[in-house]
Parts: sequence; C-alpha cells; structure tokens
Amino acid sequence: MLTFGQADTTDLLSLLGEEEETINYATATFKSTRVINMHSVENAAGGVMDFRISHRFGAVNTGAENLFGLDIASMRLGFEYGINDRLMVGVGRSNVNKELDGFVKYKILRQSTGKRTMPLSVSWFSSTVMRLSKWEDPNRENYFSSRLYYCHQLLIARKFNDRLSIQIAPTLVHRNLVKDSTIANDVYAGGIGGRFKLTNRTSFNAEYVYVPPGQLEAVYTNSLSIGFDIETGGHVFQLHFTNSRPMNEKGFITETTGKWQEGDIQFGFNVSRVFTVGKRREPKE
Amino acid sequence: MLAIAVFTVTSMAVSAQKYFTKDGSIKFFSTTKVENIEGINNKATCVLDAVTGDIEWSVLVKGFLFEKALMEEHFNENYMESGTYPKAGFKGKLENIGSVKLTNDGIYQVKVSGDLTMHGVSKKITSDATITVSGGKITTISKFYVNPKDYNITIPAPVQGKISEKIEITVSGALQELKK
Repeated sequence: MLTFGQADTTDLLSLLGEEEETINYATATFKSTRVINMHSVENAAGGVMDFRISHRFGAVNTGAENLFGLDIASMRLGFEYGINDRLMVGVGRSNVNKELDGFVKYKILRQSTGKRTMPLSVSWFSSTVMRLSKWEDPNRENYFSSRLYYCHQLLIARKFNDRLSIQIAPTLVHRNLVKDSTIANDVYAGGIGGRFKLTNRTSFNAEYVYVPPGQLEAVYTNSLSIGFDIETGGHVFQLHFTNSRPMNEKGFITETTGKWQEGDIQFGFNVSRVFTVGKRREPKE
Repeated sequence: MLAIAVFTVTSMAVSAQKYFTKDGSIKFFSTTKVENIEGINNKATCVLDAVTGDIEWSVLVKGFLFEKALMEEHFNENYMESGTYPKAGFKGKLENIGSVKLTNDGIYQVKVSGDLTMHGVSKKITSDATITVSGGKITTISKFYVNPKDYNITIPAPVQGKISEKIEITVSGALQELKK
C-alpha cells in the first residue's frame, strides 16, 4: 500500500518541465568591426573603445627597388567607441589627402534563434569624410562643402554556422564636388564580403565592392581584398592584399585605381586593440 | 483509528521530497598575477531529491556574464565553444543526505560527489557543501576547483599567464519545494 514509486532519478531536471526559452543571439559574426576595408555588422560593445591602425603599403608591382611596395605607406588612425551594445561611433584620420572621417553604426536587427527568430543581422552605417588637403587650385572659388563626402550603407549579414558568415552592403556615396558634370555626385554600389573561420582564432576574409559602370571615371576600379584575421588576447590583426589605397569608405569604394591583374595590389594590415573604458551598457530588450 | 493511522503515514510519506531553483548562481573565478577573470550566471537550474540525495545542476554557457565584453566573447567563442556545447551540468549525490533535515532549521555540512560535464567532457568531482535552513528558507553553497585542461579547454601559450589552472567555482542557490 505504501508503494510510492520513486521518480526516475536519472533525470531530475526534467521534473522542472519545459525550459523557459531565451533569445539566443548570434555572436561574433565577424571577428572585428571590419570585414577588410568594409565595415561589418559587428560593433564595439557598450563601454568599449577600439583603437585602430590601418596601414597600406605601396603596390607590389613597384618592384624590388621599392621592396615590392613596402617602402611606400599610407595609413589611417582611428578611435571607435561603443555607446551601448547597439550603437557605436568612431573618428579617424588618413594621411592620404589628409582626410578626417567620422561615422556612426547602429545595429537595427540582430540574428537570433530561440524565443525570437531573426535570420539576419542588419546594421545602418553612415560616415562623413572631410578632405583637409590644400586646394588643387587656390585661385578658384573653393567652397568648404566641396571638402565633404558622405557614405551610407545598409550592412546585411548572416552567420550561417560557426565557420561561415557572409555580408552584403548596398551603398550610396555622395560627393559634393566631382570633376565635371559627366561624373555622378551620387554613386551607388554594392559590397559583398565574408569570412571563413579556420581555427578558433583565425579566419580567412574576402570582400568586393561593385560599382555599376557609368558613374565613375574610367580610371577607377572595383575594390577587391582578401586576407586573414588573427586574434590574440585583446588584439585582432587583419592582414590582407587589396587593390585599394584609401581606407575610408568613400575612398575605397569610389577612388580605387589598382588592377589586380596588373599587380597593382598592396599588402596591408588593420590592427585593432580594445579597451574597456566604461561600464557595460546594454540597451533595453 | 486505522484510517487515521493510514492518513498520518501517507501524509508523512508525501511531505516535500524534491526541491529546486531556476535562479541558482554559478560563479567562476580565475586569478593570476596578470589579471582576474570572473563570470557569473544567475539562471542556473537545480533539482534536489531530499530522500535519495540525488542532485542535478544545469546551466546555459552563454548565460555567463562578464564585466568585459571581449572576455565574454572569448569565453564563448574560443574556450567553452558554447556554439557546440551550449550547456554545462552536474549530476551527483549528497553523500550524507540522511543527516540533513530540510524541514528543521540548522546548518548542515554535506559532501557532494558526481559528474561535472562541460565542453563535452565529464569528470568526477567531489566538493563540500553547506546547506542552511532558516525560517523555512533553504540555501545551499559549495565551492570547488577545476582545471580547464581536464575538460579539453586549451589555453594558447600567449595567454597562459592570464588564466589560472585552478579555476574556483562557487555554486549557490535558494531552494524551494517542487510541488507536483
């Protein structure tokens, strides 16, 4: 009569019933805030400052005299900060044409599974570049607004699995001043990039920005870059070959002149070092 | 009279036998000369069978929160590989459950032993635990140490000085009766 059967003790936790489902966000779609030149959907987390040095050597086809480009260098120094986990801002300065750039990147949608399913991560990116170099023709009437360039991108990415992430980026670059009326002030482009993780700390990255013909002068080519990301502790090193000298968005999208097939490619690297400066600020769900 | 005796016996036999929590706290702490690393998960689940002493804990690895976002990312991506091993857990037994009377106030020292599973590896561990019953509230706390190497968690040479080989794990929770 007193046979109260013991519950199956091999799985006590199942007695708690169905687990409360949580939202499982995709993390580390890319190892850093850039694919190579192009911004990725990743942000600096809230309270985190990212110090970035981007370096592009000269073209490999400048020969042994220039140590295959290593003698020539252009660089960009940048500081980026996560205001919270979804919103980040940054400033940077490139030595080519003395360009100062500032940007904002906001995570609109975050890829997730579980309680809420979202197949893609989508971020909005906007940057302004101010060219500070001397006017080509100081005798002409030059307007300050001519120094300004704008770039807007919608970054759409998916982390397919632990190894593969792919991103596309419909892009608009607006130049206040262009050479003549046959050249577009508004340039539409499409970027595509991805990463394939090789080990926990290294990945192979590639990106291409296609500018439909008829918008830029014939001398400009589409930006194509391939490289590796290596992560060690607080640093991410991105090593790559690219045909783009400029490192800000309007630069590599609309001012790339290198031709891969002629060896107009340069070795370059981005180094990113993160510091936690503020308290971790999570936006409300 | 017989009926009353039967009722008394049956009611004793069904007094709360299982206890649980869904807000248990699991903290791990690593200290080296270079830096301290601490991760806390406040959504651990636990079920304790007060009759047999069987106890189980389970926790979502992504639920560990760190002060530094990068530490959290590395913890999940590089060390615990939470994409592949989303959960960690413990399945074991309180060895001297007979000496613990969860219905009476008191402080009970117990020994827990069983299998700790994380990163796809199960290892036998034992630990001392303290169960405190006060005013009907039951709280438990235990602390033990693990070596990441034992669970196939590789720490690469450049960061070996930053992560201790002796990680301190503190498990605590307030248990309530599981009514079925």
